[in-house]
Amino acid sequence: MSESHGAAIELENLTKRYPGSASPAVDNVNMEIKAGEIVIFVGPSGCGKSTTLKMINRLIEPSGGRIRIGGEDVTDIDPVKLRRKVGYAIQASGLFPHMTVAQNIALVPKMIGWPKGRIKDRVEEMLDLVGLDPGEFHHRYPRQLSGGQQQRVGVARALAADPPVLLMDEPFGAVDPITRDHLQDELIRLQHELHKTIVFVTHDFDEAIKLGDRIAVLRERSHIAQFDTPEAILTNPADDFVSGFVGAGAALKRLNLTRVRDVEITDYPTVSVDDPLQAIFNRIRSSGTNEILLLDKRGRPYKWLRRGDLMRAKGSLARAGTLVTDTVTRDATLRDALEAVLTDNTGRVAVTGRRGAYIGVVDMETLMNSVHELLEADRLEALEAQHELEEARAAQTHAEQEGPGGEAKA
Amino acid sequence: MSTRERDDRLDDGADDRLDDRLDQEGEPPAPPAAPPRRRIGWQKLTLVPAFLVVMLLATWLWFAQAELDPLSENALADGQVSKALWQHIQLTVISTFFVLIIAIPLGILLTRPAFRKATPVAMTFANMGQATPAIGLLALLVIWLGIGRRAALIGIIAYAILPVLSNTIAGLKANDPSLLEAARGIGMSPLGVLNRVELPLAVPLILAGVRTALVLNVGTATLATFGGGGGLGVLITTGITNQRMPVLVLGSVLTVALALLVDWLASLAEVLLRPRGLEVGQ
Repeated sequence: MSESHGAAIELENLTKRYPGSASPAVDNVNMEIKAGEIVIFVGPSGCGKSTTLKMINRLIEPSGGRIRIGGEDVTDIDPVKLRRKVGYAIQASGLFPHMTVAQNIALVPKMIGWPKGRIKDRVEEMLDLVGLDPGEFHHRYPRQLSGGQQQRVGVARALAADPPVLLMDEPFGAVDPITRDHLQDELIRLQHELHKTIVFVTHDFDEAIKLGDRIAVLRERSHIAQFDTPEAILTNPADDFVSGFVGAGAALKRLNLTRVRDVEITDYPTVSVDDPLQAIFNRIRSSGTNEILLLDKRGRPYKWLRRGDLMRAKGSLARAGTLVTDTVTRDATLRDALEAVLTDNTGRVAVTGRRGAYIGVVDMETLMNSVHELLEADRLEALEAQHELEEARAAQTHAEQEGPGGEAKA
Repeated sequence: MSTRERDDRLDDGADDRLDDRLDQEGEPPAPPAAPPRRRIGWQKLTLVPAFLVVMLLATWLWFAQAELDPLSENALADGQVSKALWQHIQLTVISTFFVLIIAIPLGILLTRPAFRKATPVAMTFANMGQATPAIGLLALLVIWLGIGRRAALIGIIAYAILPVLSNTIAGLKANDPSLLEAARGIGMSPLGVLNRVELPLAVPLILAGVRTALVLNVGTATLATFGGGGGLGVLITTGITNQRMPVLVLGSVLTVALALLVDWLASLAEVLLRPRGLEVGQ
């Protein structure tokens, strides 16, 4: 794919003052967003996070300050031109109900004058990218899609003209929790492929932890309470406001920060439904485990087969074994994996890759070990941070005692 | 996930690939893709025309056996009837055309931010146009502009502006603001937002207004005769002043038939012009 990668965004003293109100809605925001990272604006309702986002593509004109995208000052250029270069996805997808899925996605490429053939290929490509079958969904109207599918099309439309920057305003706010979870996984997968600069607004801190490379916790008037990696915010909240926002259960939330790809995925004996029965028998006997994983024709986990299951089912694969109820992808968080391991009575969960194909398994033991390591590392880091803080304080006291002649503290 | 669905996976069908993928992701299934459906049922196509044919046939049969005196014959002879009918259609078409080119652009203008403040004033004038009795307005216009078709047309137009104007404004205001923001957000110019999003979405309501205006115009065009504008009103007034029932009945029946026909055509247009994605129910 010849996708363009992200561009850095710089906000400098960005301010929005509405006429007739005493205090500004957004007050003097300074922020540097690196190319290719996902930055999440999170904060309570009415803190100005959405306003700040909309000032980046100037849907809301800033009353002061500068915006630079990829080094170019865009504060005064034609806003229509600017918005065609910046992807925009909103809550409840924002698809136009009177246009088909394909027409919706083709809008921006058409506006910037791509040739017809290229637009057509691009629409197919985008649908495929967000996991929708082009043949089936091309001609549908938005109301013929489920909420999650609409949201996918919304993201496809935002990415259609290959913008370096993507702004997302609570895009998954209006879908049910299960679908939201899948859409988040999907976004992470997309970002692995595309490396766009994404600015994402949400009020859900868990979503912020899951998606963000860095999180900006905003308080009223868009003042930045803390702008750091999710790990740092969880282990070292800057003040009471941030820790209040992080909420309880930081240890469990920590599980959201590590993905299955980061822990050891072990291999497990498998057989395919295409294998002759005798081969399956032999494999179970020789595997040395109690169970064996049966894969379907496309290599996806299908059933757990125990020794003796085949005997009891009189050699019929359709009746033998227990169905695989849950699988996780490599992008799933450890929390999802733990959930799956706890619910699956085999005490392990199969990890799948593209198109649901089997990769390996993660079991309880692996999870426990990784969690212990994580928490230990966090504890050390927190101790270190505390130590640094104390040292800084000591240096400050020292400097004060020495009087104005002493060097300024580091 | 049920056993049956899992077993389905073993079948190697190309077209179930997507369903499988969605199943696996646990998303709720989408509403099924609707087969292209005929938008107009046979009842809608045939009922009104059949009724009109019966009505006109009955009138014709009645005329065939009626004995007309010279006065009536005179009023109906020499293609007078078809001339009146043709004039009436012209009055309706021309007045509707002007109603559309005045009311729709005005409605669009009044929903733009710059002119939004003028909306109450414009609506007051449109309301006055409709509240004034059409015949009174016509009399005044004749005094001002003299006898003729022009005065009649202006009266008819003033009377029918309101439904189209108010429906245009209502249709444009009913659009979801977040959708319009999305349109701007992906880089549409203000004109692009209007042409590609606002107007198509407002089409159903605007067309409903146009249909009302059309039917109103067929009715008010009967008054054109008082200003010397011709039309089927000529037959009706001749019938009344000379106390000749057949002439009166013919004028009335043709007016009613024309109104029903126009309403039926407009209802077809409403269905056909409504953007496809907006239809409800499958």
